[in-house]
Amino acid sequence: MSEKLFLYPTWLRVWHALNAIFFLVLLITGISMQYSNPNWILVPFDLAVASHNVSGIIILISYLFYLFFFFTTSNRRHYNIVFKELGKRLAMQIRYYVFGVFKNEEAPYPTSWNMKFNPLQQITYVGVMFVLYPVLIITGIALLFPELIIDNFFGIGGTLLTALLHASTGFLVSMFLIIHLYFATMGATFFANFKSIITGYHEVH
Amino acid sequence: MAKIYKTSCFLIVLLTLCIYGNAQQNQQCLKCHGQVFYQYDNEWTGKVDKRPMNPFYHIDSVKMHISVHKEFSCTDCHRPDYETFPHSGELRMEEKYACIDCHGGDDNFAKYNFEGIEQAFMESVHFKANDDKFNCWMCHDPHGYQLALRGQESIKDVVSLSNQMCLDCHTNKFKFGLISDEMPKDIAETHNWLPNQPNHFENVRCIDCHTQVQSDLLVSHKILPKEEALKNCVKCHSANSVLMESLYSHRVKESREESGFINAAILNEGYMIGANRNLALNYVSVILFGMLLIGLLIHFILRLTIKNKK
Repeated sequence: MSEKLFLYPTWLRVWHALNAIFFLVLLITGISMQYSNPNWILVPFDLAVASHNVSGIIILISYLFYLFFFFTTSNRRHYNIVFKELGKRLAMQIRYYVFGVFKNEEAPYPTSWNMKFNPLQQITYVGVMFVLYPVLIITGIALLFPELIIDNFFGIGGTLLTALLHASTGFLVSMFLIIHLYFATMGATFFANFKSIITGYHEVH
Repeated sequence: MAKIYKTSCFLIVLLTLCIYGNAQQNQQCLKCHGQVFYQYDNEWTGKVDKRPMNPFYHIDSVKMHISVHKEFSCTDCHRPDYETFPHSGELRMEEKYACIDCHGGDDNFAKYNFEGIEQAFMESVHFKANDDKFNCWMCHDPHGYQLALRGQESIKDVVSLSNQMCLDCHTNKFKFGLISDEMPKDIAETHNWLPNQPNHFENVRCIDCHTQVQSDLLVSHKILPKEEALKNCVKCHSANSVLMESLYSHRVKESREESGFINAAILNEGYMIGANRNLALNYVSVILFGMLLIGLLIHFILRLTIKNKK
């Protein structure tokens, strides 16, 4: 029987579920609008606009919910990046993913109560949650209220720049989503990590 | 050479005198028609009477002096009898010129295809419903008409000038009443299905949805019945946006497509979801996404095969 750690409290699992569902809606409707075409309809345009707006607002509220618990619980310990020898630790983790995992080597930074993320995950999650998400949310709010955006920024339309930034950031977060889902299959078993985010218990392997 | 110079000078002086003469003559008309209130000597009472000018006969002299017809004399289009005041009651029976009367069959205007415009106008819902009661001047004020689309105005100004022509009647019960016994409908209410309504009203002309695009006309004049108006978002919000053939058609030539932008004509002055795409970013995103999927797939296959061997 493998050891189990309670790493995902209820608030985190609720936020994660909301975030997952509505990010998928945003992703599908966002692609549908960006590549809208009369001959190829993923989601009808008006429905895509309405669902994208509503999901964006829900994501914003759930992000604020996440931030509240981030600042008021000990969960934030997982996000404290130690910069000393960070490059070396990142290199070790990358080496493990590229070679070690195939040789059944021990993970260099296994999940523990104090640190659920390895250095690579930590950098990525901090980047996504505290850089990419705020950019997505701020540009999303601006596009929801385009009258807030300056008309012209050094000869280029302000709305165009905001939309480019929003779509590009959305693309990066979508890349993260694919990587996140793939790495979730590398738990104790193929589905172990998927179960963890439902039950709250992480199975150590 | 000297002869050409002399002839040119003579023509310039003649033109200047002609415009000056017209301006002087027009001033006589604008003394009353350019004012909200006009005054005249009442020979019957011996007093000076002050009367309000009928708004339908009022002329905005500032607009007139920047309009396309600014060099014309009033009596070029109206009967010379109008020079007499009080005007004869019979003059109201005067038949007005239509655009085609001056612009039709003239090589100077051939590229604007006024004949095509007239044909399209006669197929429009306005003409079909009202016949001769609906004429060019219902939309195009001959005393203040400005070129917008062919000028240097921003798209927003073009949209504003164009939409004002429609709103002048469709929000004014007096003008609307000239051809209909009904009251004009509330535009905001009839378009309440439109998301971000103010944004659409500021950035798209009424005629972009309410006319059928005609490739041989700069501005389509075939106004459609409301049931046939464009109501499909994707017709505009797509790379092949219908606006590229209408509102932006004259600027498409300036498109910077080669530099990586699809529909650069639109993004020069605005942004439209689905119509503006950056080719470079599209390629980069497809390549990155493909590389990611291939990388993960290889990793997954290796995980399965190497681990199984052990």
